[in-house]
Amino acid sequence: MSIFINQDTKVLVQGITGNEGRFHTRQCLSYRTKVVAGVTPGKGGRKMDEVPIYNTVSKAVAATGANCSLIFVPPPFAADAILEAADCGLDLIVAITEGIPVMDMLRVKNLLTGSKSRLIGPNCPGIISPGQSKVGIMPASIHLPGAIGVISRSGTLTYEVVDQLSKQGIGQSTCLGIGGDPVVGTNFIECLAAFADDPATSGIVMVGEIGGTAEEEAARFIRDNLSKPVVGFIAGLTAPPGRRMGHAGAIVSGGSGTAAGKIEVMRECGIQVCENLGEFGVFCSRIFGGNL
Amino acid sequence: MKIHEYQAKELFRKYKIAVPEGRVITDPAQAKAAAAKLDSLPLVVKAQIHAGGRGKGGGVKLCATPAEVEEAARRIIGMTLVTRQTGNQGRVVKKALIEKGLEISRELYLAMLVDRKNAGIMIMASSAGGINIEETAAKTPEKIISININPLAGIQAYQCRQAAFGLNLAGPVFKQFSTMLPRLYRLFVECDCSLLEINPLVISKDGRLSALDAKLDIDSNSLFRHPDLASFYDENEVDPLEAKAASYKLNYINLGGTIGNMVNGAGLAMATMDIIKQAGAEPANFLDVGGGASTEMVENGFKIILADKNVKGILINIFGGILRCDVLAEGVVQAAGKIGVKVPLVVRMAGTNAEKGRRILAESGLNLITATDLGDAARKIATI
Repeated sequence: MSIFINQDTKVLVQGITGNEGRFHTRQCLSYRTKVVAGVTPGKGGRKMDEVPIYNTVSKAVAATGANCSLIFVPPPFAADAILEAADCGLDLIVAITEGIPVMDMLRVKNLLTGSKSRLIGPNCPGIISPGQSKVGIMPASIHLPGAIGVISRSGTLTYEVVDQLSKQGIGQSTCLGIGGDPVVGTNFIECLAAFADDPATSGIVMVGEIGGTAEEEAARFIRDNLSKPVVGFIAGLTAPPGRRMGHAGAIVSGGSGTAAGKIEVMRECGIQVCENLGEFGVFCSRIFGGNL
Repeated sequence: MKIHEYQAKELFRKYKIAVPEGRVITDPAQAKAAAAKLDSLPLVVKAQIHAGGRGKGGGVKLCATPAEVEEAARRIIGMTLVTRQTGNQGRVVKKALIEKGLEISRELYLAMLVDRKNAGIMIMASSAGGINIEETAAKTPEKIISININPLAGIQAYQCRQAAFGLNLAGPVFKQFSTMLPRLYRLFVECDCSLLEINPLVISKDGRLSALDAKLDIDSNSLFRHPDLASFYDENEVDPLEAKAASYKLNYINLGGTIGNMVNGAGLAMATMDIIKQAGAEPANFLDVGGGASTEMVENGFKIILADKNVKGILINIFGGILRCDVLAEGVVQAAGKIGVKVPLVVRMAGTNAEKGRRILAESGLNLITATDLGDAARKIATI
């Protein structure tokens, strides 16, 4: 089992004919993800390798039964692409695009409230259920099928964490990046709740960073609702206040959103926090030992 | 992107939000003419830098005569202004705003910001202007009015009333405020602001509401649709190395330590800074060359790091995914050879083709220290 995707997930790629879209579609296909369609307005009727391209999401869905979209559309048009996918009632929308204006995301997030579509991202590496399906840009080779769920706000930091887990023989049920932007579709809590309900997940790794209060809220949720063990990590202990650290959402403002503050709350809520990334895998193997 | 007070006030005027009449000068010699044009006393001379706390640092001067204006302009333009937000090195003042002084009867606080948690826009107001809002919010939250606006619906009349009554406004000022608030909201949304702060918003003795100060941050991601706002960018306000890095499309922040570092991806870059600190050294910078860095990006990254004279050693931490480590190793060897790296260089690579990458580094003949994993990298950094 897994959360949000599995071996039956039928994926369409919006922006399939761009450089990134094409490259990552091939990577997903070689992981045996069921990529059934591509969408690029004006290029309908053609093919990208064996994947048929459509002008609109609705045509792609009608023709192929796709239930998930992977979005590589550039920032000025990305919000529109997300809304098009949601309008067609897709179960899952994974937006990789980095650099979408936050005002666009405020609109999208509110329009998606009450819709049946779940948005992951934007500005994220996507989601993978090792051995089943990969809907994202993460390197497939570092993953190992198993029982630990991984949630993160970051890209390469997630790869680092997953790599260390796999090297300890700790496999993963599903790994997903929720995105580094201030406003994202799916938050930590929704992922935690899904992992809590997933019988194939026996423990969870949560990788956060400075900025906002998502980790603190997640920690309280864990304290009140979760019985599975959780290991946490927060990046940015040395980040200066008032500076945006790469990710649009990674900023300590007015004394809130600090790494130290997040770690404190997480520990109070019973989460095992590893402060030294170099020892993350070993740390997890100690905590998860009996639960694998 | 931060912009200057005078630029924010230009936008305010465009949206018919009352601000004191003023003139911007870049040379003290322009002060006399500007004062004559304004033809009013007193006048205020305000240093234009991207940092708060200017008054306490001596960057704001109330002047009773035109001669005082000239003197203040001479003193302020060219001064190195140190405030709680500039750091100890301060900021050289290049421009000043000369404004008509107002007789103030009340000072209020008003801000709008993006509310991440509720995916809305939040208005924060307080009848205590001129204050440290974070402190007030923490100590006496009841003194702050906060109102959430759903961006799909926009600001509603009742929300304006809620704010106005909360601020104990009455009569003509109540009316002015209720007209001003929707205009500010429109500015906030149309200009893709991430923060708007008026501190203080004043009521003058003759009962007029006006924005005495104005702070606006624009969402950098939105600049593709705002060429006019993009032109507000002021390179003088940015650390020279950071400005240079930005021109290479690199995400760089100078941190003042001695261990430079280059990483792919923002989260891993932050974690790498933390590892340097945990190893007992101080990170010199944050540098994200991007999830899919190229050889050229690596070379530019080197240039930026080495331009910082405090750097005594460099840690390169790359997690190869889409970007293969062997390609990157070749980039490192090429760049290091070309630029002539004279400080110790610790390289840690993991992920796709890491073995091959390490072999290329080992056979390069360069004085490189390779690390097998992050723990190993930290130990090796500590010995530099």
